[in-house]
Amino acid sequence: MPTVAPLDLEGHCVAAVFLNDVPHFALADGAIHRLDNGQKTVQANDGLLAAFHDAANDRLVTGGEDGKVFAIKAGGEVNELASAGKKWVTSVAAGPQGAIAYASGKTAFVRFADGRVKEFAHPRSVEGLAFSPKGMRFGVARYNGATLHFPAAEGKPVELEWAGAHTGVTFSPDGAFLVTTMQENALHGWKLADGKHMRMSGYPGKVKSLSWSVKGKWLASSGAPAAIVWPFSAKDGPMGKAPLELGTRGNMMVTCVACHPSQDVVAIGYEDGMVIAARFADAKEVLLRRPGKGAITAMMWDKEERRVAFGSAAGDCGVIDITA
Amino acid sequence: MSDAQTQIPVTVLTGYLGAGKTTLLNRILSENHGKRYAVIVNEFGEIGIDNDLIVESDEEIYEMNNGCVCCTVRGDLIRVVEGLMKRPGRFDAIVVETTGLADPVPVAQTFFMDDDVRTKTKLDAVVALVDAKHLPLRLKDSKEAEDQIAFADVVVLNKTDLVTPEELEKVEATVRAINPAAKIHRTQRSGVALDEVLDRGAFDLSRALENDPHFLEAHDHDHDHHDHDHDHHDHDGHDHHHDHASDIHDVTVKSVSLRGGEMDPKKFFPWIEKVTQMEGPNILRLKGIIALKGDEDRYVLQGVHMILEGDHQRAWKDGEKHESRLVFIGRDLDGDKLRKSFEACQAA
Repeated sequence: MPTVAPLDLEGHCVAAVFLNDVPHFALADGAIHRLDNGQKTVQANDGLLAAFHDAANDRLVTGGEDGKVFAIKAGGEVNELASAGKKWVTSVAAGPQGAIAYASGKTAFVRFADGRVKEFAHPRSVEGLAFSPKGMRFGVARYNGATLHFPAAEGKPVELEWAGAHTGVTFSPDGAFLVTTMQENALHGWKLADGKHMRMSGYPGKVKSLSWSVKGKWLASSGAPAAIVWPFSAKDGPMGKAPLELGTRGNMMVTCVACHPSQDVVAIGYEDGMVIAARFADAKEVLLRRPGKGAITAMMWDKEERRVAFGSAAGDCGVIDITA
Repeated sequence: MSDAQTQIPVTVLTGYLGAGKTTLLNRILSENHGKRYAVIVNEFGEIGIDNDLIVESDEEIYEMNNGCVCCTVRGDLIRVVEGLMKRPGRFDAIVVETTGLADPVPVAQTFFMDDDVRTKTKLDAVVALVDAKHLPLRLKDSKEAEDQIAFADVVVLNKTDLVTPEELEKVEATVRAINPAAKIHRTQRSGVALDEVLDRGAFDLSRALENDPHFLEAHDHDHDHHDHDHDHHDHDGHDHHHDHASDIHDVTVKSVSLRGGEMDPKKFFPWIEKVTQMEGPNILRLKGIIALKGDEDRYVLQGVHMILEGDHQRAWKDGEKHESRLVFIGRDLDGDKLRKSFEACQAA
C-alpha cells in the first residue's frame, strides 16, 4: 500500500521535482521548498510562472513575473541565469550542453552555457518552448504553428504551419515528432522527417500536461476525465489509431500526467487532488493518493522509481512512496 | 473547489490615445477605495504609480479554429490572467487597459470563451473614454473609435471643458446614437466617481439592466422625464441614429430597439438563437429584458456577437408592466425585419 508524506504549503505549486533525489516544490510566489532532513526554503523569482526540470544538469530552471530566469540546484543553490526586462518570462526550457531557452513577449532567447545569449524575434508571442533531444535545436509554439530554430548555426528557421493558437510544445524523445498543445482543446503533431500532420482532438478541456513514456512509445495527456495516451511507436505516430483512456473517472478531469521512467505506467493526477497509477497493458489502476484540497498541477518520479513528488493548485504537496 | 471560488471582476478600459485612460487608471490605482487592482496594459504609458501588479503584454488576437469569423479572443489576456490567478490573494479586481486602436470585442469574448479565464474571472464592464473635442475627428478616421463606444457599458465623455455647450450636446447625441444602452458621464480630467466605472456588474445577468435607468428609455417618448437634456430625442424612435448622424457622416453603427408584450418561449428562444447565429458577426452587443408568457420571473439576456447568455433575473413586481425590451447594437442590421420577427414571437 502506497504511503503519502504530505507537505502542506501555501499557494499554487508550479513544479514538483527531485534534485539529487531530494523532493523540491516550486510555488507561484517563487519560494522553492525542499524536504531535506526537514523543510527548507529558498527564494527564486518574485512571481514564478514557468519551470523546467533540466535532468542533464540536475537542476530546475524557472522564469517569472520579474522577467528573470533562475536555476535551482539541490542543496538550495539559486543562480540568476538571465534577465529579459520588464515583461514576464512565460516559458523556459533546458537543452543540450547546458543551454537554456526562455520566452518573453514576442522574443525567444537562448542562453548558452558560457553565458552568451542569442535572441530570436517572432511576429507573434512565443507561447511555448522545447529543445529537441538531438542536436542544438529548439521549437517555439506560436499562433498558427511552430517554428524550429538552430541556435548554434546561422540560417533560416523551419516553419511548421497549422491554423490556430499553439500554446505549448514538446519533442518526442527520439526527436522524430513535434507535438503542440492548442487553445482549442486539441494536440497537433508533425512528423519532422516529412512534415506530416497529426491531429489529436476530442478533449473536453485544454491539454496542459504532457508526458512521454519510456523511449517515447506513448504520449500521455491531461484535458479529459481520463488520461489520454497516444501510441507513438509506429513510424507515422498515432495517425489512424485510437488512444488509450486510462483512469477514467466520471466527470473528474485529469490535470496532470507523469509517465514512469522505465515501465509502461503513468501517474495520473486529478482536479480533486487524487493520484493513481495506471498500467498501459491492462489498464490496471492503483490508488496513490486520496483527493486533497486542489487540482494536481505537478508530478515527477524519482530515479529509483519508488517515489512520486506531487504538487497542487492549493499547495497541498507531498511525496508518495509506492513501495512502503 | 473552483465552483466555490469567487470570480475576480475585470473592468476593461478602452479609448483613444489622449482620451484620458491613463488619468483614470492613475486614479483607480491611487485613490483610497480599499481595493487592490492588478492592471494589464499593452503599452507602458505614463502610469506614474509604482505597482508590482502592472503587467505589460503584447496584444495577441486569436481567431478560433471553428470557422466562426467573430470568435476571437485575446491570447495575451488568457496567459496573463492565468499567471495572475496563480497568486490570487494579491488583488481584488483586474483592470485591462487596451491600446487606442484596440478592438474591444476579442477582449470581452476572452472572458466568455476561455474556460480557464471564465472560471476564475468575470467581466464587470467595458468603459470607453471619449475625448469630447476630438471625437468627430476620430469617427472620421477610424472604425475603432465607433466600435469602442458601441461596445461600452459606460461612456466617460471627457474633456468637456474644451468644447462649447452646443458642441458637447452634439457629441453626446452622437455617442447616444451609436449606443443608446450605455450610461454616459460628462467629465473633465477623467473626474468620474470611481463607483460609476468599477464594480458595475454590467455582464452580471442578475444585475444587468437593473442599475441602468437609461436602458432603452433615453429615446422613449413615453418617458420624457429622462430626456431633460436630451431634446434630440423628439423624433421617430426608429432609425433614430440617422437623424443624429446627419451632421456627423461617419457613424456606421446602428442600434435597433425593440419593444413588445409577453413572448411565447417556444417562438422567442428559437428566434433569438437564429438571429445570433445568422447576424452574430454584425451584432456588437445585445441586451434585453423579456417577459415570457406564463413565467413569473423577468428573463434577462445579453450577448456579444454569437455569444448569448440568458437567465431568470427576478420576479416581476406588482403593477410592473409585463413587457419585453431588446436592443441590438451593430452594423448592417435590418431593423424592420428584426422588429417584425420579434413581434411575431409574442404570445397569442
